[in-house]
Amino acid sequence: MIIEAGKKYYTELNREIKAAEDREITIKGVLGQRYIGTGVKNKDITVYGTPGNAMGAYLSGTNITVYGNVQDAVGDTMDNGDIVVYGNGGDTLGYGMRGGSIYIRDNGGYRVGIHMKAYMEHQPVVVIGGKVGSFLGEYQAGGTIVVLGLGVDGAFPAGGYCGTGMHGGAMYIRSDVPPTELAPQVVAELCTPAMLEPAMACIENYCHYFDAGIKEILAKPFYKLTPGANNPYNDLYTAY
Amino acid sequence: MLKKEGQIRIPSGCAISGIIHKKGKPVINGSQIVDSIAVMHDRSNGLGGGFAGYGIYPEYADSYAFHVFYDDFKARQETERYLDKYFDVVNLSRIPVRKNKNIKDEPLIWRYFVDPIFTKIQEEKGEIDEEKFIVDTVFYINTYIDGAYIFSSGKNMGVFKAVGFPEDVGDFYKLEEYDGYCWTAHGRYPTNTPGWWGGAHPFALLDYSIVHNGEISSYDANRRFIEMFDYKCTLLTDTEVITYIIDFLNRKQGFDFEDIASIIAAPFWEEIEKMQPERARRFKTLRNAFASLLITGPFSIMCGFTDGLMALNDRLKLRSMVAGEKDDVVYIASEESAIRAVCPDVGNIWAPKGGEPIIVRVNREGE
Repeated sequence: MIIEAGKKYYTELNREIKAAEDREITIKGVLGQRYIGTGVKNKDITVYGTPGNAMGAYLSGTNITVYGNVQDAVGDTMDNGDIVVYGNGGDTLGYGMRGGSIYIRDNGGYRVGIHMKAYMEHQPVVVIGGKVGSFLGEYQAGGTIVVLGLGVDGAFPAGGYCGTGMHGGAMYIRSDVPPTELAPQVVAELCTPAMLEPAMACIENYCHYFDAGIKEILAKPFYKLTPGANNPYNDLYTAY
Repeated sequence: MLKKEGQIRIPSGCAISGIIHKKGKPVINGSQIVDSIAVMHDRSNGLGGGFAGYGIYPEYADSYAFHVFYDDFKARQETERYLDKYFDVVNLSRIPVRKNKNIKDEPLIWRYFVDPIFTKIQEEKGEIDEEKFIVDTVFYINTYIDGAYIFSSGKNMGVFKAVGFPEDVGDFYKLEEYDGYCWTAHGRYPTNTPGWWGGAHPFALLDYSIVHNGEISSYDANRRFIEMFDYKCTLLTDTEVITYIIDFLNRKQGFDFEDIASIIAAPFWEEIEKMQPERARRFKTLRNAFASLLITGPFSIMCGFTDGLMALNDRLKLRSMVAGEKDDVVYIASEESAIRAVCPDVGNIWAPKGGEPIIVRVNREGE
């Protein structure tokens, strides 16, 4: 089914998406309509245009593919499903995400993966092809963030204050220089192939979605960032 | 009765948008900026919307254009008596508006194109800088004439604002009848304070106009400092103080907009320490000299001025802002969709870093 978004208000657009009987829905001409995919079950949504803030918020059981850039707060508190963006991501991408995956072909904004968390089999994943702004993985409590730094040479592809308040999960960042602006409790280690193994599936998916060369990607080193052994926040959030 | 700023607190986002032609051609119609800000409807709540247009008054380009709100006829009489004393009023009229069902309680809205009468001013006040005299006039009328409020006082530019959603405000002021080389727009979602006509953005003084999304936690520190230099923060709202800070730093102190960005969104000390010595010294000096003009809290602002536009985020980038370009036009907005609404195939979309200004200056060479 094809929906023309035009100047429709977001409530109307989202009502049409929910009412559609087809599993596959294509929305054309999207211009700033918010909350696309929120509360929608068992659909595959393809978006052309520029979806508004909080696309895929609370996403559960639906997949979204976007041909264009996305704005802020994509995948806010999403549960599961895949979001694939052929373009840039905005600020606070994957905010409080607790499952599913987000793949961004190009760059991400500030605070990507803020407050991501994980629980048993719910392991959220955010993969960014290019670079990201400051506060990557701020307060990260679980899940996996991968930044590939494609197109970035001689500089770490994440901005300052990376991992501020991070107390769980892991980040894998591909860079030819080591990080210098990490939050103090974050430990960065140069990855051996074995250490990179948990992120390999994400990297392969990225290559699959965006037709990128895995050989080129693996030709540069990755740094694994974790909260470190003496985690000062552990006692604060888990009482055992 | 409608409560004004400071009498009530309404806890609560905002939207901003700007378009500028890099060669200064007045070819951007007012309807474009309205179409852009309208896309971000949900960032406002109907308590304020406004626009600033530059290059819109070519026929009176050398006169100051005063846009004034009057509560009543008496305020108008009193103001006109004051203006007649010191200015040649080249033209005066009500600002043309059309009825819009969503715009209510409009004041009397008048526009004056004026030239200061120097002999008269010198006779009474001695030698005085022309721009200072204009600023003094604006403050005098806004402070001492009850029910009169000059909300725009630059040359070849004008502010149009009201209580309402920005698309309704644009319709109300018939902005499609104006063409300019630069426009800014604001959709308001007041934080802490109610919306009233004077409190809508842009705030303007001379040719500076400010639109702002955010909340300034340093307001009182900024206000105390700037009031030492004869500014009066009468509106009890944070955006007003930004306007005065920029007037103070640019017009009075002679700083360019790069330095102004370094002062109001200064880098953290730990970042300054990592800089090359020369650069670090410059930032240290600016931070030390104007510590009280550091603006903290989340903000994205746009400052229009004659032949230019600056956009700036707070240093932690707690508000969104994106920019794009096509041909000779630069677009900046809170959301990319607001740019695509008026320029679907805009190229080179980027998001500036926190504290990193975008400064566009018009270059008319070769035209």
